[in-house]
Amino acid sequence: MKYDDILHRCFRCGYCKLTDDYEDFNCPPYRKYRFESFSPGGRMWLIRAWQQGDIQITERFQKILYSCTMCANCVEHCIFPFSDDLANIFIAAREAVTEEGIIPPTVRDYLKSIHAYGNPYKEPAELRGAWADGSPVPVYDGHEYLLYIGCVGSYDERGQLIARAVANILCKIDVTFGILGEEEICDGNEVRALGETWLFDRLARKNIERFKARNIKKIITLDPHAYNTFAGDYKNLGADIEVHHYTQILADRMDSLIPSLKECTATVTYHDPCYLGRHNGLYEEPRSILAALPGITLVDMASNRRNALCCGGGGGNFFSDVLGGGRESPAKIRIDQALDTGARIIAVACPQCAKMLEDAIKAEDREDRLEVADIAEIIERCLG
Amino acid sequence: MNIYESLCDIIGGDYVSRQAEDLYIYSRDSGTQPPRHVDYVVMPKTVEEVRHILMLANRERIPVTPLGGGFTLSALVVPHKGGIVMDMKRMDRIIEINELSRYALIEAGVSQAALRAYLKKHHPRLQHSTPEAPPTVTIVGNALIQGHGHLTPRYGLHSDMINGMEVVLPTGEICKLGSSALSPSWYARGPIPDLPGLFIGWFGTTGVVTKLSMKLYPRPHYREVLVFSSDDIDAIPEVIFETTQLDLLEDFFLIMQEKPDWMNHIFYVVILSAHFEEELAMKMRAFTNLCNKTGNGNTIKVVKDLHPALRTRFLDVPPKAAVAADFRKGGGFQYSAAILPFDKVPAIWRKGIEIAHKHDMIASYVHQVLTCHSIMFSFNYSFNRADNNDIEAARQAIDESNRFTLDIGGMIWKGEADAQKLVMEKMDPGTANLIRKIKKTMDPNGIMNPGNWEVS
Ligand SMILES: Cc1cc2nc3c(=O)[nH]c(=O)nc-3n(C[C@H](O)[C@H](O)[C@H](O)COP(=O)(O)OP(=O)(O)OC[C@H]3O[C@@H](n4cnc5c(N)ncnc54)[C@H](O)[C@@H]3O)c2cc1C
Ligand code: SF4
Ligand code: SF4
Repeated sequence: MKYDDILHRCFRCGYCKLTDDYEDFNCPPYRKYRFESFSPGGRMWLIRAWQQGDIQITERFQKILYSCTMCANCVEHCIFPFSDDLANIFIAAREAVTEEGIIPPTVRDYLKSIHAYGNPYKEPAELRGAWADGSPVPVYDGHEYLLYIGCVGSYDERGQLIARAVANILCKIDVTFGILGEEEICDGNEVRALGETWLFDRLARKNIERFKARNIKKIITLDPHAYNTFAGDYKNLGADIEVHHYTQILADRMDSLIPSLKECTATVTYHDPCYLGRHNGLYEEPRSILAALPGITLVDMASNRRNALCCGGGGGNFFSDVLGGGRESPAKIRIDQALDTGARIIAVACPQCAKMLEDAIKAEDREDRLEVADIAEIIERCLG
Repeated sequence: MNIYESLCDIIGGDYVSRQAEDLYIYSRDSGTQPPRHVDYVVMPKTVEEVRHILMLANRERIPVTPLGGGFTLSALVVPHKGGIVMDMKRMDRIIEINELSRYALIEAGVSQAALRAYLKKHHPRLQHSTPEAPPTVTIVGNALIQGHGHLTPRYGLHSDMINGMEVVLPTGEICKLGSSALSPSWYARGPIPDLPGLFIGWFGTTGVVTKLSMKLYPRPHYREVLVFSSDDIDAIPEVIFETTQLDLLEDFFLIMQEKPDWMNHIFYVVILSAHFEEELAMKMRAFTNLCNKTGNGNTIKVVKDLHPALRTRFLDVPPKAAVAADFRKGGGFQYSAAILPFDKVPAIWRKGIEIAHKHDMIASYVHQVLTCHSIMFSFNYSFNRADNNDIEAARQAIDESNRFTLDIGGMIWKGEADAQKLVMEKMDPGTANLIRKIKKTMDPNGIMNPGNWEVS
């Protein structure tokens, strides 16, 4: 397996489970299960044990491996020089497990759907652009930007609302963009995170071909997951693209929006999506947008930026749910952290985070105290 | 009901495991000891759960090994005779911080990190003595093995900072020790028979500590580091004596590493703290003068222009010592630690270098002065976990270091089972017999971490 020359170097010292100030455990599966085997170091040792034949691919081993949300808290906090490789090591282990053909059923279902339908919802490609029906959003035709929506924004009802809000605001500030609609296919970020490298490679190359064929050079993504793979993996595969998350575009052009905004009084806290924050260092752009909105008071949760707790949906868990729910699930803890700030709105910049957190609010019966809204939706409210 | 079902019945299935993956992790630590078998891992949340698990284990005569952070490196939390590993980390409540009487009442799973962060946030004028160990190690595990931290040179070993405990005996009784036996306040350990001593240094063989009251100390505004260097091994006892005689320091340790070359000297690291700038300046002056006077200014020299990274390493509480410990870059580290009187340091300093060279290693030291009476001398062995020969060499080096420690009249700290055997062989027979009697009385069925402190 890739990285097998590093595995033994983990000391199991546990810095990787913590935040900067050591105040909280911040590895979602460790925080939920509490057995050392679910910590990043435990994972390192178990992957090595499996490589050496000391343990087998059991259901428990799969749970340990696939409950990792690829949130990169360990990448940020491990104190050893190999820290940058940690999430990739966990992906490499999933890759090796996939090669053995023994993967959790929910992961298999997800991958099968992507393979067969190009999306995890088993929906036809023709419906991929349906979220934009009735809106002035054009199909890409040589525009400056492609707005890439991704599977959740395209098919999930909640995701579609966010997609419409983002598109609406981009129109408002005169960004010239188009979408691929039914021609869009899955970006593959979760496929890669789940270790299905062959399928990821196919998706990525197909996407790159499409971008090339349409001479697409600049992409705005709705979803930080797509941003992550486009800006990293796709470029490594030779894609000649400039990639932006929509919050970067908005943060740059707030001046043109501000005159049309009305005062919208609310206390808001912001949840950093892992694929925007820890994976790509984009912490300030979303905050600068919120801070510029008239009437909005922005308060950070105690765990923020590189110390933010993942919503639990990363690394494929949004679809596979290997990590699972329950009182100790990260989304529920995150809700409590948001409530601690006194905010009434938890702002997100990712449709997957939006769903995860919203489900947690419902499960906890906190709808009267906290609401999830994408940054684009908050702007829309200020637009009146 | 079988054992597994009974355990699930007590604490719920989510926190009991007999799965191979969990047992694998709990059957070994990061040191050199070979893995040993574990049957169950449990993670209780309440003292009642602990009590019921112990009563079950006592009835069924199943060994129980309490585990805090599991970071002694000498595998003290890896069972010798299988059974249940009781991971205490879910008992993680900081129950009370008493500012006025300066103590923290915590549960057994509270980590050094958690208490530190909590004090910083809610009681910034107070601090607890923190070991250089990774931040996830527990306050209780560390205090029970007579650990030491950044306030030890000034205030004593962490076991000396214990005000009281709540313990569950192997037979299921719950007892409160210290002032909490008489009052709701956990402010003092005596003056009644010193029962916490029945749990300190026993490696979990006498019962499970569920709560502990730990002394807190004022946190001064200013901290600064002063480093002296020297190549005179024979002068070490005198330098330690004179430095501690000033009675003004907070932390004091000696370091040396043969590579890189610039580290191949004796470095005396003195941490000074103060509430006022003038006080700090005065202390800096006093120690600089001491340096200029010792051996007519020839024995030790002040290190000027200390590298910023070193300054951070010395002043950080806790420092990221695990990185330095991994100097072989192989993910393995263990140290043999000796508690010694100062006069024994030159001999053991030379011996440590000899042992390291014999095993093709570089010598590496960090020794902390424990108040002004003794020193914790550590022989550090970093090894490559992927290389069995390397592990074996480190194991042998540790054994040789342990033997030498005992030969020159030192005491081995937190030794693995083989080291404990050496200690017991050398121990005064009356004392060994007392240990046996105490264990038998407290733990009639020998369920608590058996294999430790065994008297033949
Ligand atoms: C890089 C590095 C630096 C270190 N520096 C220091 C240092 O500066 N100072 C220092 O003191 N140590 C140091 N250590 C050693 C060690 O990590 C610490 O002593 C650590 O604090 C031990 O605590 P723990 O929670 O890991 O204890 P554990 O290993 O979990 O337990 C220690 C012993 O106590 C018993 N025990 C634990 N909890 C209970 C309980 N609730 N009831 C009854 N028995 C119990 C266990 O069975 C075991 O025998 C260092 C280690 C490393 C790796
Ligand atoms: S991943 Fe890094 S920080 Fe975590 S246990 Fe391993 S070495 Fe320590
Ligand atoms: S990536 Fe996140 S979930 Fe995965 S091991 Fe690291 S900290 Fe835990």
